[in-house]
Amino acid sequence: MYKRIYVLKFPKENIDRPIICKLVKEYDVEFNIIKADINLQQEGLIVLELIGRKANVETGLSYLRSVGVKVEKVAAGIRRDDDKCFQCGACTGICPTTALSIKRPEMAVLFDPEKCSGCGLCVAVCPVRAMAVCLEERVALTAAG
Amino acid sequence: MGSQQVVKSIEEINARIRSGEAVVVTAEEMISIVRKKGAVEAARKIDVVTTGTFSPMCSSGAFINFGHVTPTFKAAKVALNRVPAYGGLAAVDIYIGATEPTEDDPLNKVFPGEFRYGGGHVIEDLVAGREVVLEGSGYGTDCYPNRSLVKSFTLADLPFALLCNPRNCYQNYNCAINLSDKTIYTYMGTLKAKGRNATYCSAGQLSPMLNDPYYRTIGLGTRIFLGGGEGYVTWHGTQHNPAAPRGENGVPVRPAGTLMLQGDLKQMSSRWLKGISMQGYGCTLAVGVGVPIPILNEEIAAFTGVSDEEIFTQVVDYSHDYSHGIARNYGEVSYADLKSGRIEVNGKSVQTAPLSSVVRAREIAETLKKWIDDDGFELGVPVKMLPNGT
Ligand code: SF4
Ligand code: SF4
Repeated sequence: MYKRIYVLKFPKENIDRPIICKLVKEYDVEFNIIKADINLQQEGLIVLELIGRKANVETGLSYLRSVGVKVEKVAAGIRRDDDKCFQCGACTGICPTTALSIKRPEMAVLFDPEKCSGCGLCVAVCPVRAMAVCLEERVALTAAG
Repeated sequence: MGSQQVVKSIEEINARIRSGEAVVVTAEEMISIVRKKGAVEAARKIDVVTTGTFSPMCSSGAFINFGHVTPTFKAAKVALNRVPAYGGLAAVDIYIGATEPTEDDPLNKVFPGEFRYGGGHVIEDLVAGREVVLEGSGYGTDCYPNRSLVKSFTLADLPFALLCNPRNCYQNYNCAINLSDKTIYTYMGTLKAKGRNATYCSAGQLSPMLNDPYYRTIGLGTRIFLGGGEGYVTWHGTQHNPAAPRGENGVPVRPAGTLMLQGDLKQMSSRWLKGISMQGYGCTLAVGVGVPIPILNEEIAAFTGVSDEEIFTQVVDYSHDYSHGIARNYGEVSYADLKSGRIEVNGKSVQTAPLSSVVRAREIAETLKKWIDDDGFELGVPVKMLPNGT
């Protein structure tokens, strides 16, 4: 099962079209809405986790692009809330890219956003929900880019 | 114990704490002291070794008295922030348990469930000073006619709130793996299929009960760091098992002793009591505990000098063996191995991840040291020792 998080930016002329429904029906892709910021008359922004066969997710994404949606894979969108994180290390066992790692011998848990692929696995594994998809930062980044 | 060369009493150590002469070190610092100077010399020099642990600890909860209201009310059913609490104690006394999920939580209906909020989170909200809403119903009596109650309060408003954890501080715990061919979600975290990762949950050389393996100093009345405030050991914990197999150094190599702990919730802080959501398993509370160990003689000095290389645990399969009560293991590993990030299971190298925060355990040991050094925190004299299997 392929599972990835994407930031979708909807142009304002498309905001009221049932694009996501079509994604589910025609491309057999399931989704979780992680964050949504939709304002009629304005550009809409949704952070979506897409789940399905890899080929389906990819054709689904091409469909989105074809209707004018800007699709970006979340990379720097995962942030750690250092006040919440109690340095347990549970996340280091599932992080596939070593973005979350342990510094030895102190056993401090480090987060390197540069290495993060945005897979989102740590979000549900972290027992205090210190890892979160951070939309604001992403918006700032895309605006700057 | 007659053969000990150094003999000190807790009262003597307390006198030294009062006069500011006590020498206090953390369990990590003690390792090199015992190695360099030997146990006898270490016992002469060091008065107290501080320990710490901070990890999810089920069997935690709080007794709360929420105060009488008019017309009077006797709680039959009660919930705090929609998390059911137990009201079958008295009119307005309740117990909120850490693992209780929210009333309408989807649980594991969509697997693995998230268990976002539960009893542990209510306790965290209280100690963080946030307002909590109580909803209760009663059946109405002549003396308690009120049949329903909605009341919000903060911890400061409560007449009484006691953290009372029937089982904390497990002396050692299993290292968990999953030998099945699908991912499983356990209280030991998410375990990948075919033994591709392993988790463990102990502060090792910093952990309280591993530094006093036979409970020579820890007993009823031992004063401790609990959730950021002062607490006490008030009994042995549930499932306390001093008969667990031990290594030559006396340290159990399986889950063994446990402690029942109590302390005034109002002194505690959300830095040291954290609501926890274990994916697919449920919610609970992470509790920070630190126990000061008085160095009464060289035997205890030697015990507190224990290091991760000398503490072992067993590797247990949580996909089948654990749930079916099969007493089988896949070898023993030391905490030095576990903390290195890789262990060997069935000839294969497996990645390890902790669930217990060593960084915070160290901070607790340091804090306790400071309390003793700067604030005159004196040691409790146990009035009864814990069952030690003899
Ligand atoms: S999102 Fe994925 S890659 Fe990034 S830190 Fe979390 S687990 Fe690691
Ligand atoms: S699992 Fe969460 S709390 Fe634990 S170290 Fe990772 S981010 Fe921090």
